[in-house]
Amino acid sequence: MLQDKDRIFTNLYGLHSPDLKAAKMRGAWDGTKFLLEKGRDWIIDEMKKSGLRGRGGAGFPTGMKWSFMPKQSDGRPSYLVVNADESEPGTCKDREIMRHDPHLLIEGCLIASFAMNANAAYIYIRGEYITEKHALQKAIDEAYEAKLIGKDNIHGYPFDLYLHHGAGAYICGEETALLESLEGKKGMPRLKPPFPANMGLYGCPTTVNNVESIAVAGEILRRGASWFSSIGRPNNVGTKLFCVSGHVNKPCNVEEAMGITFRELIDTHCGGIRGGWDNLLAVIPGGSSVPCVPADQIIDAYMDFDTLRNLRSGLGTAAVIVMDKSTDIVRAIARISYFYKHESCGQCTPCREGTGWMWRVLNRMAEGRAQKREIDMLLEVSTQIEGHTICALGDAAAWPVQGLIRHFRHEIEKRIDDYAANPHSESVMMAAE
Amino acid sequence: MAVRKLAPEEIQPKSFAFSPENEVFADQQIAKYPPGRQASAVIPLLWRAQEQAGGWLPQKAIEAVAAKLDMPDIRVMEVATFYTMFNLEPVGKYFIQFCGTTPCQLRGAGDIKKVLERRIGEQNHVSADGNFSWLEVECLGACCNAPMVQINDDYYEDLTTENFEKLLDDLAAGRPVKKGPQNGRRASEPQDAIKTLTDPSLYDGSMIGTWRKRFEEEAVKTAEPAGQDKKS
Repeated sequence: MLQDKDRIFTNLYGLHSPDLKAAKMRGAWDGTKFLLEKGRDWIIDEMKKSGLRGRGGAGFPTGMKWSFMPKQSDGRPSYLVVNADESEPGTCKDREIMRHDPHLLIEGCLIASFAMNANAAYIYIRGEYITEKHALQKAIDEAYEAKLIGKDNIHGYPFDLYLHHGAGAYICGEETALLESLEGKKGMPRLKPPFPANMGLYGCPTTVNNVESIAVAGEILRRGASWFSSIGRPNNVGTKLFCVSGHVNKPCNVEEAMGITFRELIDTHCGGIRGGWDNLLAVIPGGSSVPCVPADQIIDAYMDFDTLRNLRSGLGTAAVIVMDKSTDIVRAIARISYFYKHESCGQCTPCREGTGWMWRVLNRMAEGRAQKREIDMLLEVSTQIEGHTICALGDAAAWPVQGLIRHFRHEIEKRIDDYAANPHSESVMMAAE
Repeated sequence: MAVRKLAPEEIQPKSFAFSPENEVFADQQIAKYPPGRQASAVIPLLWRAQEQAGGWLPQKAIEAVAAKLDMPDIRVMEVATFYTMFNLEPVGKYFIQFCGTTPCQLRGAGDIKKVLERRIGEQNHVSADGNFSWLEVECLGACCNAPMVQINDDYYEDLTTENFEKLLDDLAAGRPVKKGPQNGRRASEPQDAIKTLTDPSLYDGSMIGTWRKRFEEEAVKTAEPAGQDKKS
């Protein structure tokens, strides 16, 4: 188990006050000026050396992302945008940071903006997080009042931080859709290139980072890249917030070392699987977008980017959704398909039409009201959606379905057989697909 | 994608104007964005318009936001219909957004849904007394506290059919209710089994500044071979 002294989010559970005074006692805003005085290049270099990979799902190295921003301004301002549109099913970590440890985030915003030569940053918070919005705004006001941020602050680097409130659209968690939304439009993703680092918010160089990636920056710089990179396993280092939900005895958020095994994570913090380890069916290890992994493969797997990728899944946001043997796995994945149907922005045809199609077929399969050849057809259609859309929502909709067919084809076939053996007594009226 | 349309004409109010406080709020929001980028404030302004209109967005409110931001009506209409938290039809005094996505489904959201159907009726219909309406929404991001609902601004988590029925009874009777987890949890900690963040030195300030030792040692190291070099 990770030792307490190595934890970054020391008020994860809100047992202590989130206000500035208490946050300072926990080490936030400690020597921020000293860190900024080390210079822009030192900060980016240190972030690169720390091996921090973005915590929003894709796992892109954060330091490298920062280094893509122009060193010299061509007259356009640069912006930092923090992605707090946390909506990936299973994920509820950024919420805890914003309501319980907001000063780590605000300090991180200042440091990251300084490193990228940005004098303004926007935090885009999802529409549903209304109490979190008030909590974070309160902390921002505190920071302004204490002159930690603002035009004329004690750090000697003019910096404004604004909170922007969304209104319920999963797609706005995609970075370019988020920028569109921030500009006052529908959240429809943009084609890349141009990448946001060249042309982002208002056509200016912009970096979009996840809340957790920004909030850990201060502590990494203070304690050193070597401290952060000494935790975890090669190429998958540092601490990470895991959100464990579903069929465990004690669902919870917890900060743990990357590369902890699934078994240790669940036994140490979550009170074990409901009904014991033999009752485990499958796990979705990184939020609804990644394919599920069956029990025998996940139990002793390391919870990190590379191990889970090799299991043909992913760490994603480290939102671990646990399913025991009472789960109707086909219905569980069908519900995820409904989610993507609901959240597709409608811009690209494969996603707009495909997500609804997959949901309808999966719903029939959950009842067994399908043909076995349709399983391969579903797989084929999912590969036609994947990679054929502007943003990754199409991929994210396809992967859970592919994971289901890869590992639980037998379950779908069994339902089809059961249904064929004992057909419904009443004829079911169905519109043409 | 959801198909979302404005409410029928007969229930649309004839006019809408921001209250003086909300005019001030609108100007504050616009000031957050660079000059000429006032369209960025469209979502915050629609939020405020929705609040002022009693929980939903009439057409006139959408047009008022467009006028305030100097945007064509259709651009604001697009935004109002795209973002699902803007209610285009009236909602109950207590508007319940019920999370039905997989993590909540696994923890028994189906039973919560049955309670809603039995007590309030179909989705998107306001109960006869005007108190309640509900809607199944997608993941609300409180999965460690599943199942959960959002009622107006607040989350109500760790629901069971019993405590949810009681919550609805209390709301209907106008009694005060507890926000957040309904089973005695503080937030998203493992219930009654916190094993982490127990070291008192994290909270007494004794850790402050300890990290500087590393930089002091480095400074000494680099200073030694370089002799009197003042560069640091």
